[in-house]
Amino acid sequence: MIRKFLFAASLASVMAVPAWAECTYKPPMPLRAITQGFPAWKVLAKSMESCGNVEVETTQNSREKQVPAFQAKPPLYQVAGVDTADFTALYEGGLLRPLDDLIAKYGKDLKPNRLIKFDGKTYAIGVFMNTQHLVYREDILKQLNIPVPKTWDEVLAAAEKIKQAKLVAYPLGATMKSGWNIAQEFITFNIGYGDKFLNDDGTPAIDSDAGRKALAEMKKISAYLDPEYLVSEATYVQRQFQAGKIAMANSWASRIAALDDPKESKIVGKAKGAMAPLAMKGGMPTATLMWYGFVIAKNATEDQAEAAFKMIVASANTDVAKANNDLAIWLIDGFKPGPAAIGAIETAEANPPPPFYPSSSRMGVLHTALGQELPAFMTGQRDAEATLKAITAKYLTSAKEAGLIR
Amino acid sequence: MKTKTFAAFVAPSVVMMMLFIAFPLVGTLFQSFFVSRSVVETVEVKNCAPGFLKPICTAQMRTLPKFDENGRPMTETVFVGLQSYRNILEPAEAWQALTSGDWAGLMNIDFWKALRFTLTFTFVTLPLVLLIGLAIALSVNSIGRRVRGPVIFVSLLPFVITPVIGALSIRWLFIGDGILTNLLQWLLDTPVTVFSQAWSTELLLIVYRVWHIAPFAFVVFYAGLQTVNQDTLESALIDGATRWERLRYVILPHLQPLIVFVALIHMMDSYRVFEEIVGLNTQSYVISLQWITYEYLLPDNAGTRQLSRAAANSMLTMIGIVILLIPLLRQVWRAHRSVRL
Repeated sequence: MIRKFLFAASLASVMAVPAWAECTYKPPMPLRAITQGFPAWKVLAKSMESCGNVEVETTQNSREKQVPAFQAKPPLYQVAGVDTADFTALYEGGLLRPLDDLIAKYGKDLKPNRLIKFDGKTYAIGVFMNTQHLVYREDILKQLNIPVPKTWDEVLAAAEKIKQAKLVAYPLGATMKSGWNIAQEFITFNIGYGDKFLNDDGTPAIDSDAGRKALAEMKKISAYLDPEYLVSEATYVQRQFQAGKIAMANSWASRIAALDDPKESKIVGKAKGAMAPLAMKGGMPTATLMWYGFVIAKNATEDQAEAAFKMIVASANTDVAKANNDLAIWLIDGFKPGPAAIGAIETAEANPPPPFYPSSSRMGVLHTALGQELPAFMTGQRDAEATLKAITAKYLTSAKEAGLIR
Repeated sequence: MKTKTFAAFVAPSVVMMMLFIAFPLVGTLFQSFFVSRSVVETVEVKNCAPGFLKPICTAQMRTLPKFDENGRPMTETVFVGLQSYRNILEPAEAWQALTSGDWAGLMNIDFWKALRFTLTFTFVTLPLVLLIGLAIALSVNSIGRRVRGPVIFVSLLPFVITPVIGALSIRWLFIGDGILTNLLQWLLDTPVTVFSQAWSTELLLIVYRVWHIAPFAFVVFYAGLQTVNQDTLESALIDGATRWERLRYVILPHLQPLIVFVALIHMMDSYRVFEEIVGLNTQSYVISLQWITYEYLLPDNAGTRQLSRAAANSMLTMIGIVILLIPLLRQVWRAHRSVRL
């Protein structure tokens, strides 16, 4: 009995939530939420769970789970934390509940900047922004007398010097995991070379000069990466930085704070952020802006939706943003851009600035086709021409099958 | 036995087989001829998203699904005949690549690439599993009774491990800075990255499957060895037969039905190779036929699944298994007939 009690007590102390995350609203019924798994979401998940009666699943596969989970009746989760791209699939599937009535009742204090609207209706409450930016090891660049690179040519030149100096295992890191990540990488380069993705009639436009340049650039970068880069996503890059294995990467801004976490990182205080590099002079940085926010399932009951909304407002609060200021570019009141946000802000304020991720159903299909066909190019199984043809063919087949083009 | 009694005994399993095998199969076959797609319209939508300081509002043309009165996206199902099969097999491109001797061109088509690996995988692992299983069975059979129990237990362990879990452990052992990678690097004195080229990935997949399945072959063969006719063995010994001759002329013929059985099961299993691809994360280099089905079933970034192509690919996989098994099944059938005669 005593042992059981001690066990429970020790468990409680381990699970105790820090004071900053105190949530003031306890939903009357159990609620479930699903979010992505990176640090900013984890903080929000903890805060939501501190409300009581809330169970949050944080997973890197949330994208694949959300749509079927929201289609179910009753939905498997009442709340989801989504990004710009996840949102499209849910919104276009008619799976989201408009939030305007709830905002009028319980969310008057939400800044207009946080409301994601389609056709005049609000479907999501924004919590933070994200973009790619160049993360670099300040100490290494200083030691080798290299100025902070502004273009990819400069990045590659710096990578060569770092390789010669043998200061790290691999000069560069990249989020090039086959599937969503490598496709996203191509998308940022296609943006950097100033091209579009789809023609007005829905046919793909990536079999272009910009597309070929993007592929060539990715191939050049891969020479400076860990050879197993096709399994490398943002967490992998973060760990590589933390272990002191890489010196530079164009990666998500939401990851830089973890590099200064003494519990995980060997390079505390050494990594800095700067504008995402330019692919060509006068172009946009190789980045896309993303917003992240909460949505509520249409299939949730009225009571659940109301409780879920109150819970979101109560948990994603100013205290959380203040206590975790550097984890994200928060849209929540109380956020003060610190050193960690420099790179993201430089990227967003570049001239011309990078666009939002061009999310749409067709783009979703193209993104998937890119993710499936690009690895064969990177591994040398096929050349650029054949790769762009294969992507185009795969997109056309899937888009026709889905009824998105005639 | 009376026909009626026979029917009564067989009926439950026939019903089960109809319910769980035949009907789903027919369902899948039908599904592969139809495509379900959403009904969309292109409309201009005004959209506001958060900016770093103030909202950014834009008007864009979007293809949106039409909704029915219940608020569900409208879909239409159309008969497409063999189009889904054509989309998978890409027969025109494949034929062109074949006739012009363009191997790389053929390997650019997912299905043929996966078929190439799946067949290699099946036919390389098959003899290895049989040989290693037999070797373990023979050696366990010849060691002292006292240690046999523990040895059998240890030899069985790989088979007990869930394939996905085993594959994950192997992945962590051989990934970039895994323990075994470091050991190999130290032994060979060169940088080793197993998962950065196709051949080493494929080799690891094969080694892992053999390691995992050989115990199954071992257990079956070991059981068979217990029933070898000792008199025949003894008389062979008296006739001066060598160890090899005894194996060749007494033991192997006795085990033959079991060998066919293990081969059958193993071919069916390995043609459906899937867990290793997921666990070892090899899809950039190596994919299998089942992986393709899985990829079609996974919602893409627009939230849709390619159900028709998934169904078609399942049918193709099943046809492949049947073709593979025909020689073995014929042999079983012949043996069966000769016993009856």
